[in-house]
Amino acid sequence: MKAIAIRSPSPLPGFGLSFGIMLTLLSIIVLLPLAALLGRGLTIGPVELWGMINSRRVWTALALSFRSALIASLFNLVLGLLLAWVLVRYRFWGRKLMDAAIDLPFALPTAVAGIALTTLYAPNGPFGQAFGALGVKIAYSELGIWLALIFIGLPFVTRTVQPVIEEIDRECEEVSATLGGSRAYTLRRVVLPMLTPALLTGFALALARSVGEYGSVIFIAGNLPYQTEIAPLLIVIRLEEYNYDAATAIGIAMLAISFAMLLIINAIQVWSRRRIGNG
Amino acid sequence: MADIPVQAFTPVTTEHRHFRAVLIGISVFFMVILLFAPLATIFATALSDGWKAAAEGISSPDALSAIRLTLTVAAIAVPLNIIFGIAAAWAIAKFDFRGKAFLITLIDLPFSVSPVVAGLALVLLFGSHGAFGTWLIAHDLKIVFAFPGILLATLFITFPFVARELIPVMIEQGRAEEEAALTLGASGWRVFRSVTLPNIRWALLYGVLLANARAMGEFGAVAVISGKIRGETTTMPIMIEMLYNEYLSVAAFSLASLLAALALVTLALKSLLEWRFAGQLAATRRH
Repeated sequence: MKAIAIRSPSPLPGFGLSFGIMLTLLSIIVLLPLAALLGRGLTIGPVELWGMINSRRVWTALALSFRSALIASLFNLVLGLLLAWVLVRYRFWGRKLMDAAIDLPFALPTAVAGIALTTLYAPNGPFGQAFGALGVKIAYSELGIWLALIFIGLPFVTRTVQPVIEEIDRECEEVSATLGGSRAYTLRRVVLPMLTPALLTGFALALARSVGEYGSVIFIAGNLPYQTEIAPLLIVIRLEEYNYDAATAIGIAMLAISFAMLLIINAIQVWSRRRIGNG
Repeated sequence: MADIPVQAFTPVTTEHRHFRAVLIGISVFFMVILLFAPLATIFATALSDGWKAAAEGISSPDALSAIRLTLTVAAIAVPLNIIFGIAAAWAIAKFDFRGKAFLITLIDLPFSVSPVVAGLALVLLFGSHGAFGTWLIAHDLKIVFAFPGILLATLFITFPFVARELIPVMIEQGRAEEEAALTLGASGWRVFRSVTLPNIRWALLYGVLLANARAMGEFGAVAVISGKIRGETTTMPIMIEMLYNEYLSVAAFSLASLLAALALVTLALKSLLEWRFAGQLAATRRH
């Protein structure tokens, strides 16, 4: 096995066995299907592929998916930081319950979240009526998609930032205060830079998750072509028409754009680590 | 000291009292409208026609077969996940080899692939027009629109959960204890069972909880590959979608409340692990 030749010697047994199990399962379950997707794209050919992606309906769906994910993740960046700060630094009644409940979007199936949010925020639902009185329509509009994606991405930022806030040395803040920095100045110039790498990580995780989200969105979106039709839904529609090539084209476009976005975020992370020092 | 009014004193390392109250208020507001209210809606809608209607919703033949299918899928997917997670963590944490970082990226891949794209990829591989299509038809094997497809989709989605939890914990624990056990004459299997496993059991349980919640609740990937044949390939989330689209909201929400109850149990156990065994988990430590 080639891997054994390039690994450093170790007295522990089981490398061949564990590496073998890992590689076999990884290949069958993850790599082979993704290779099939890319392989199908190659057989279709780049020109044909581009022809199927380059239609107004596909572009609108892709733009909607990525725009909504970006907006929801930016919202979660702020709300997630706020929640993490409040949960770590303040003591109030119900704090532990809130801390445990943050992870609800990880534990609650997306379809269940989708129908629950729709029932609440539909025009005849309790929250939907309240927002309707203000002239805001949430369910069956783009706002509904944002809401579902905010729900799905909520825990990511909080959970990556929380342990970092716990480890902040309060002496840094005391030093800043002693030197005459106001509390706002200390938070902005001392605390925030320490949290930036974790914030970016949480943002990237939330973004990656919400770009491809399907289950919670389709119930609340309304699913009108050119308006509230997300890219994953368009893939499902093409599959139901047995148009595998068109579905493949959209799937590959989504993979390519997500990959590019993660690369950009990775580059920002490397840059911020270098600028601020340890992450 | 008693002369100083207590309320007037704000330590330099915290915010002003009013500002604190505002921040707590905003947090509670968003927690309620985003998390607590939807959760309450699930149970309230399920019970809106009384207990009897809710019980009928989850005891219809279709609902029962959906529950059975979901439990079967999880019962196979989660153990396979444990085997993969332990194997991956053992190889990655206890040995040094080239390409390790790349391997971890590959394991994380399912986190950044849309569930629908995952389902699509499986259809392209195993469907009748797919890469293995003709071979599967010749051997009379059905994967897409059948149980194996649902299982594969669930495995794809839950793939990184256990491994991601175990790898950092096992890296941090190092290999000194295992090497000591080997020196004392223990066999490789014995080293794993009596030295490694006790060290990672809580992290393992944590990963299993998350993987199980996701396995039972996966919708996007399963929706693409299941074909939605009533009573045969409808898992609980798919059944919920079908009932909801037929405007049978009490039936849909009573089935949903079972999954919501599972989510609450998962959260409770997870919090318990975090409070009692924080030092032995990866999630509660700095990344």
